[in-house]
Amino acid sequence: MLPYLSLAIWVPVVAGLLVLAVNRDADAAAARWLALVGAVAGFAVTIPLYVHFRLGTGEMQFVEAVEWIPRFNVNYLLGVDGISLLFILLNSFITVLVVWAGWIVIETRVAQYMAAFLIMSGLINGVFASLDGVLFYVFFEAMLIPMYLIIGIWGGPNRVYAAIKFFLYTLLGSFLMLVAFIYLYSVSGGSFSILEWYQLPLSLKTQLLLFVAFFLSFAVKVPMWPVHTWLPDAHVEAPTGGSVVLAALTLKVGAYGFVRFVLPILPDASHYLANFVITLSLIAVIYIGFVALVQADMKKLIAYSSIAHMGFVTLGFFLFSELGVEGGLVQMLSHGFVSAAMFLCVGVLYDRMHSRKIADYGGVVNTMPKFAALAMLFAMANAGLPGTSGFVGEFMVILAAVKANFWVGFLAAVTLILGAAYTLWMYKRVWFGAVVSERVAALKDVSRREFWLLSTLAAVVLFMGVYPKPFTDVMRASVTELLAHVARSKL
Amino acid sequence: MTGTPVNFDFLPALPEITLLIAACVVLMVDLVLPETRRKWSYWLTQLGVVATAWLSLYVFHESPAHTFGNTFVADALADVLKFLSCVTVALTLAYSRSYLTARGLFRGETFALMMFALLGMMVMISANHFLLLYLGLELMSLSLYAMIALQRESGQAVEAAMKYFVLGALASGLLLYGMSMIYGATGTLDVTRVATTVFAGGVNKTMLAFGLVFVVSAVAFKLGAVPFHMWVPDVYEGAPTAMTLFVGSAPKLAAFGFMTRLLVGALAAMAFDWQGMLLILSLLSMIAGNVIAIAQTNIKRMLAYSTIANMGYMLMGFLAANINGYSAAMFYTITYVMTTLVSFGIVLLLSRAGFEADQLDDFKGLNQRSPWYAFLMLLTMFSLAGIPPTVGFYAKFAVIEAAVDVGLVWLAVVAVLASLIGAYYYLRIVKLMYFDDPVDLAPLEARSDTRALLSINGLALLLLGIFPQWLLGMCVVALTRSY
Repeated sequence: MLPYLSLAIWVPVVAGLLVLAVNRDADAAAARWLALVGAVAGFAVTIPLYVHFRLGTGEMQFVEAVEWIPRFNVNYLLGVDGISLLFILLNSFITVLVVWAGWIVIETRVAQYMAAFLIMSGLINGVFASLDGVLFYVFFEAMLIPMYLIIGIWGGPNRVYAAIKFFLYTLLGSFLMLVAFIYLYSVSGGSFSILEWYQLPLSLKTQLLLFVAFFLSFAVKVPMWPVHTWLPDAHVEAPTGGSVVLAALTLKVGAYGFVRFVLPILPDASHYLANFVITLSLIAVIYIGFVALVQADMKKLIAYSSIAHMGFVTLGFFLFSELGVEGGLVQMLSHGFVSAAMFLCVGVLYDRMHSRKIADYGGVVNTMPKFAALAMLFAMANAGLPGTSGFVGEFMVILAAVKANFWVGFLAAVTLILGAAYTLWMYKRVWFGAVVSERVAALKDVSRREFWLLSTLAAVVLFMGVYPKPFTDVMRASVTELLAHVARSKL
Repeated sequence: MTGTPVNFDFLPALPEITLLIAACVVLMVDLVLPETRRKWSYWLTQLGVVATAWLSLYVFHESPAHTFGNTFVADALADVLKFLSCVTVALTLAYSRSYLTARGLFRGETFALMMFALLGMMVMISANHFLLLYLGLELMSLSLYAMIALQRESGQAVEAAMKYFVLGALASGLLLYGMSMIYGATGTLDVTRVATTVFAGGVNKTMLAFGLVFVVSAVAFKLGAVPFHMWVPDVYEGAPTAMTLFVGSAPKLAAFGFMTRLLVGALAAMAFDWQGMLLILSLLSMIAGNVIAIAQTNIKRMLAYSTIANMGYMLMGFLAANINGYSAAMFYTITYVMTTLVSFGIVLLLSRAGFEADQLDDFKGLNQRSPWYAFLMLLTMFSLAGIPPTVGFYAKFAVIEAAVDVGLVWLAVVAVLASLIGAYYYLRIVKLMYFDDPVDLAPLEARSDTRALLSINGLALLLLGIFPQWLLGMCVVALTRSY
């Protein structure tokens, strides 16, 4: 069998480096095609992972182990379970769309733009596939470099502030995580293997300190209230593709960190602090929902809605039930598709009007009917309408929450109202009503490229909403395994 | 001596002897060369330095070889450090060539001084006797003072040289004073015998501790650790950039060797005492260096404060006081020197006749002027900030691991918070290069050999970041075979 995981990581990275070779703006067309081929190839090599994946076992599959830095017993150790597999697929799929979305929109330094996204994609796959702490950390950090450049070079007017804030915020958490890794290496007698850390007995005090380090790192990435403030800035300033990758993929890395590190390595601390995390999650769901309601900028609104949706994910994880964790994971996947679609919709409008202000729009449905139909579907999915992917995860988490504690479930369910309120109100103000200005009247409906781009996502969102079984089947055994680790005290 | 015949084997000192001869040849040849043939002395210098580098590794010492009555030692550590110092000096010369030519410094004296400074470093690295350590240090320092002052018409350079000289003399005084106290306590200046005497006990502990304080101060001065760092920013800023590169690169390797000979070779039994001192030096350097660097607008000054901070991290590895820690510190020093070479190499490349690219704003829009050099500078900045996949990450990783391993988790946390502050000013350079538009549109010109070497040097930061094992492993081997 081919080393599919290595291919999933290195095909996009190598493609990105090749794209960099055609750096002149005159060769932009070549750079675009090369990038698309690279992205499609990157997605193609991940399909065998799904096809050959053995269901019904929580073990790591497609394991690759090569000695890397014997000085610190660091190995190039890759493997996926049912949880990480889905995110590798999501990432490789979204990358194809992102390259395609930037096709004619980006005109300056095309090669660098495309290369940044391809390299980013490979690094994100690396994060999900790593089973070695240092390897994970290397991918986790290296991811920051392309994103920093994407926001800073192709971003909006306040891009420098946003890029630096994004970088430093994330760096704070991850530096502390590095110390935590090294500490675990030291107490485990010299091992960076994540799976070996699962077996490591740790006192409650140690677990709590490690929890703080891990929590800061992943909570910033998710982002959870109150360390979320970098996200709206980064989203607003980033180019469309950057926003898509941020929302659909890098936020997932943070949530993934909770299931890969925090829950199984620190089960006692997780139980001890579960109420704390649940409280923060509920604040994100409710308070940030209200914040989203008053936004005047479409991208900011979607950014805040992302924070609220990710609140559901962390809430689901810390309920420690099969339904909750699975719900959280489904929500992550769904949010990956829906937020990508929402940001692409804003991108479609922004490319035509160069404004993200809700007030500048009105009556878009009259001039862009096809686009309005697609956007409607995504808005509904964002609001969690049954039949769309957005419903499945939220429903599972609410169900799990009600089982655990009625009031937690009740508060979480508020999102169904808030989500509908901010999404549909925005939809109403932008799309419905009379045409407000001549510029809106002059809008052209979606091009073929944009239509297929959005339709692909629409198909996935509907499919996942109607028939989520292919996704939940893959993750089931791994979730059971995870919960077994969480239930076993390490004291 | 004890009656045994004094050992006068010249072989262990072969690299030093070669370099000395080469330096003398360059001095003589340069006298008779006409101005137009100046590059001959340049190539002779390069030849001498490269030959010395080759000899250092060719005569690799599996186990330590002592000579000249046990005052001189050639061991694996010395071989590796000497080799790297020579390579560093060779690269420094190559990167500085155009810069020196444009400023009338492309002269035989420059080359000879550089070679004598290198000789001083090699003696520091290989010395096994307090007096020889001192002699090596003085040979290096005096050559450096003169090199900085070579640009006579520049008031700033002369001022920098003067400051360096006065403070350097003070540090030398401290060192001698400390050594005399250690002599008083142990009755010997021989590093090996100091070690055995202290280990055996029965010496005057107070006097020894006093001596240690002075010795550590002198070492801290040479490294530029806070609070002995005052000379670093002024010298870095005032000296001609080529000399700044020289001062900021190879001497750090020598200082590491020097510190190892003194603290590990002679005073390992006092580890508990010097650990505490290094802890304070390390802590202050990391914090002060990184914080003050933020306020700088001159890149040479900024990199000076970055050096101070980096020496703090290096000391953090060293103070673990075991092979794990020393090898982490050694790895840190080596990678730091590699990074410095690239960053100052690019500053030199951006400078032209009559124009010093020493302001941060001179880096604006470098990505549009030259994507390749911008990329190399990007690698350096991320390496200094400790972001993978550059080698700087493993340097930080190794020293943090060494600290955590001896239970200093809190120090590790402070260190990473300080590097978070540091990340800000490194990111600012990246911001200037990639996010801003260029103000200076003059085309970048460089000799093709400089370009090639700089590119290899820069890419090495990335390659070593992906495959760090051999260098990490080499540091461990060098130290275990020597101590």
